Amino acid sequence: MAVEVRVTANMQKLLGGQKSVKADGATVRDALDDVDRRYPGFKDMVMTDGQLHRFVNVYLNDEDVRFLEKLDTSLKDGDILSVLPALAGG
Amino acid sequence: MAVTVYIPTPFRKLTGNQTYLKAEGSTVGEVLDGLGNSYPALRHMIYDDSDEIPGHINIYVNNQEIHSLQGKATPVADGDEMAVIPAIAGGATALTPEQVDRYSRHIIMPQVGPAGQRKLMEAKVLIVGAGGLGGPVALYLALAGVGTIGIVDFDVVDLSNLQRQVLHQNDDVGKPKVQSAKETLNAYNPDVNVVVHESPITSDNAMEFIAQYDIVVNGADNFTTRYLVNDASYMSGKTLVDGSILLFDGQATVFVPGQGCYRCLFPAPPPPGMVPSCAEAGVLGALTGIMGSIQATETLKQILGIGEPLVSRLLLVDALAMDFRIVKLRRDPKCPLCGDEPTITELIDYEGFCGAPFPGGHENNA
Repeated sequence: MAVEVRVTANMQKLLGGQKSVKADGATVRDALDDVDRRYPGFKDMVMTDGQLHRFVNVYLNDEDVRFLEKLDTSLKDGDILSVLPALAGG
Repeated sequence: MAVTVYIPTPFRKLTGNQTYLKAEGSTVGEVLDGLGNSYPALRHMIYDDSDEIPGHINIYVNNQEIHSLQGKATPVADGDEMAVIPAIAGGATALTPEQVDRYSRHIIMPQVGPAGQRKLMEAKVLIVGAGGLGGPVALYLALAGVGTIGIVDFDVVDLSNLQRQVLHQNDDVGKPKVQSAKETLNAYNPDVNVVVHESPITSDNAMEFIAQYDIVVNGADNFTTRYLVNDASYMSGKTLVDGSILLFDGQATVFVPGQGCYRCLFPAPPPPGMVPSCAEAGVLGALTGIMGSIQATETLKQILGIGEPLVSRLLLVDALAMDFRIVKLRRDPKCPLCGDEPTITELIDYEGFCGAPFPGGHENNA
């Protein structure tokens, strides 16, 4: 499935300065793996021990994948995955 | 000339429950005379015995009070909008004529009105941090006439704060932020009671601080304080209006106890160093104005009980793309604080949980 992966400004350096990249995959995990193949190190910011970091949310369109099937959530063409780390600035 | 006249709630029983009346006249006086003839009971409210407008009634033409125009001789044109706004008597929070004037742009909106303005004047809001977010929040709440604004911050104003922190000015560098904040807010609106808590907010004082207020607004600059404020607000049964920023990104939401909390959104903080602070990575100053204004708006809506609050929704702002998006935010049944079987029932060791101390004297609020 061809999807778009978007990140926040503080993660853009992991994607060569881009705010979003195209990715392929049948599940969220596959798509994140696909991004990591082209941008090594990307996954370390998002996952640890095969699971999402507890301070990073991934949204499939407008739904938090932790409330779906987590990294095993299926994707369809045109989906948008948004990677959102907690921000503490005030 | 045909004009529309807004009749506020207290007078509507005199006008057959009509909110807007059509009236004719070429001056304010002629319009009021016409209304008085059609609605004799209203005439007794808008004119005194000597046919003058009494001091506790303000008349607006297109949102301008007629004392600043030509009084009853102020000309009106087709399509103009007039409003009859009384000072509301009753209790310690009666609106004075000056307050009716000051808050007229609120009062003439039916969603606020005199009753809503009084709610604002009776409200007590605690703002955590007098920095980038806390500044615009405090400013707009003070301008809106929120009666009691508490500000907790231990820090002093630093030159590097002035790129974004609107409460503080050049001459304030070196001054405690809460003092600078109080001076600024009272210069804008002397009616506001600004309560300063010149201290870090910690597990020792958070419950005591929050108990004194109706609503909490988060403008903290670190995860340790954010988890503390989340837990203490939930345990106190208080709504938390949350916002955070970094670089060009902002996040905002409203946590109502029982409808999700910060732990439902982010179960644990990042290890120290994994997500930088604004001091380490930077933040666009104007973004703090956007996000702080959103927090102020949500706080005012909570007080007034109007609109659809930003509850169970997380607003994501990307200032570089100028993209605003909303994603769903759900209460997690497994949340250790607000879930079905909570394990956190009193404040915990937040410094240990977050691996970072409460800021207490050197760091600057982002």
